[in-house]
Amino acid sequence: MSENIIQLKNISKTFVTDKGEFKALEDINLDISRGSIYGIIGMSGAGKSTLVRCINYLEVPTEGSVVIDGKELGSLTEKGLREERKSIGMIFQHFNLLQQKNVIDNVSFPLRINGVNKKDAHKRAAELLEIVGLADKANSYPVQLSGGQQQRVAIARALAGNPKILLCDEATSALDPQTTKSILELLKNINEKYGITIVIITHQMAVVREICSHVAVISKGHIVENGEVSDVFSRPKTKEARELIMLESGENTWYNESSEDDNCVRIVFTENSAYEPVISNMIKKFNCDVSIYQADTKKINGKTTGEMIIGLPKDEELSRQLKDYLTEKGIIVEEAR
Amino acid sequence: MISAEFMAKLGEGTLATLYMTIFTTIFGYVVGLPCGIVLSLTGKGGLKENKVIYRIFDVIVNLIRSVPFLILIILLMPYTKKIVGQSYGTKATLVPLVVCAAPFIARIVENSLREVDGGVVEAARAMGADTFTIVTKVLLVEAKTSLLDGATLAVGTILGYSAMAGIVGGGGLGDIATRYGYYRFDSGKMWITVVLLVILVNILQAIGINVSKKTDKRRV
Repeated sequence: MSENIIQLKNISKTFVTDKGEFKALEDINLDISRGSIYGIIGMSGAGKSTLVRCINYLEVPTEGSVVIDGKELGSLTEKGLREERKSIGMIFQHFNLLQQKNVIDNVSFPLRINGVNKKDAHKRAAELLEIVGLADKANSYPVQLSGGQQQRVAIARALAGNPKILLCDEATSALDPQTTKSILELLKNINEKYGITIVIITHQMAVVREICSHVAVISKGHIVENGEVSDVFSRPKTKEARELIMLESGENTWYNESSEDDNCVRIVFTENSAYEPVISNMIKKFNCDVSIYQADTKKINGKTTGEMIIGLPKDEELSRQLKDYLTEKGIIVEEAR
Repeated sequence: MISAEFMAKLGEGTLATLYMTIFTTIFGYVVGLPCGIVLSLTGKGGLKENKVIYRIFDVIVNLIRSVPFLILIILLMPYTKKIVGQSYGTKATLVPLVVCAAPFIARIVENSLREVDGGVVEAARAMGADTFTIVTKVLLVEAKTSLLDGATLAVGTILGYSAMAGIVGGGGLGDIATRYGYYRFDSGKMWITVVLLVILVNILQAIGINVSKKTDKRRV
């Protein structure tokens, strides 16, 4: 097992507002191993943005400890904490570039505040812009760039201090699907090439599926489920995780309405079973009707995974036999509701 | 009607007005800018939120701002003498002008800095920037346009206040207008002076607005 670069131990965060206390996070435990791309997914308001800010102590947890590469952030002085932050890059949903500075000065910024002279900072910034594919935009201002380009500048800026961790807070949420894809490719590239551990906060399942190796599902301040992406996606154990996955696959009202009378199950096929005509064989074998409400096949980390919502006959004995048959064929079967 | 003597007076007055305005603006910012920074940092949601310090600065600023300028000149007379060695003349007007302008400037600066996107500040914190760096390299830089617009406003207001300097023999165009128009009923000369004042204010405003526009990088 690889070493954990980020360890969150019993993290709780309570905000005190005029209206009383608000528990944003409760008893979060999470280990993130070096070199992984870790997704933290949840609906808005689940506490994921607060959680990612606890990792670099932009938000100081009310309870618990954050250990980065063996160093406990809570034990550091202000100065020590600022030093530690220099090894943790961060990018944001709205890019947060300095609007009054051009691209090269934006990328140089973390170096300049570190005392690097202008010439050396610009040299390094130019290399970084090369990496993110924006070498020709060095003298442009953020306002002249598209969202995707601005995020690339932000990534270059985050990499300037040679961080060991890169935190991404909804980094692709303001971008269109095409641009999202290219930004995710860039992040994956950076992860592979420089071994930087990446933590991705998102509400988009597609983002997690695209590049994450691990995922944690967060709901109402709790981590309800975590593990390898392929496991969590094909066998979500909790209602919250299932909801997120269904929401993503375009789960919509017609399914809920039309299937009310049926005996609905959600089936997930992985690996080879995706290519076998299991359903068709089942229908032939048991000579019964099966309605397909929804079907989708996706590639998760290179493994083909499919999921289907099907309506089985009402006859309990028959439907039990059908479920057994499916299970026998290596398909995961669970109640849709 | 317009004698060479009056023309010379106008020239002198223009210079005195500019002198008072420029020096008051400079000293006003020397005092007001740091106060504005403190106000914005310690205010609600600021980087160094601190109710006590904010309250102290807030009260002082409000107190001075609520004293009419004319009264302020008279109130400060004894102190003016101690500070600049005279309680009469152009130099003497600088003290009440600065005292009046600094809180005004502090408020303008506070508001400008508050407009800076919190996300940019957060990004700088995430990079390990300390508060001093954030103020000098992020807040003041990002608020540049707004600060310049504020300065333009401040210059216009200060120039307006300097017209009251006549009361302590400060001179300037306002003083000339009062003397000829009010004490001598020479409305012709008063109008000439007023027009000159208006032109002066407009030139300064135009320069300010232009500089702020030209240096704003948020425009495509």
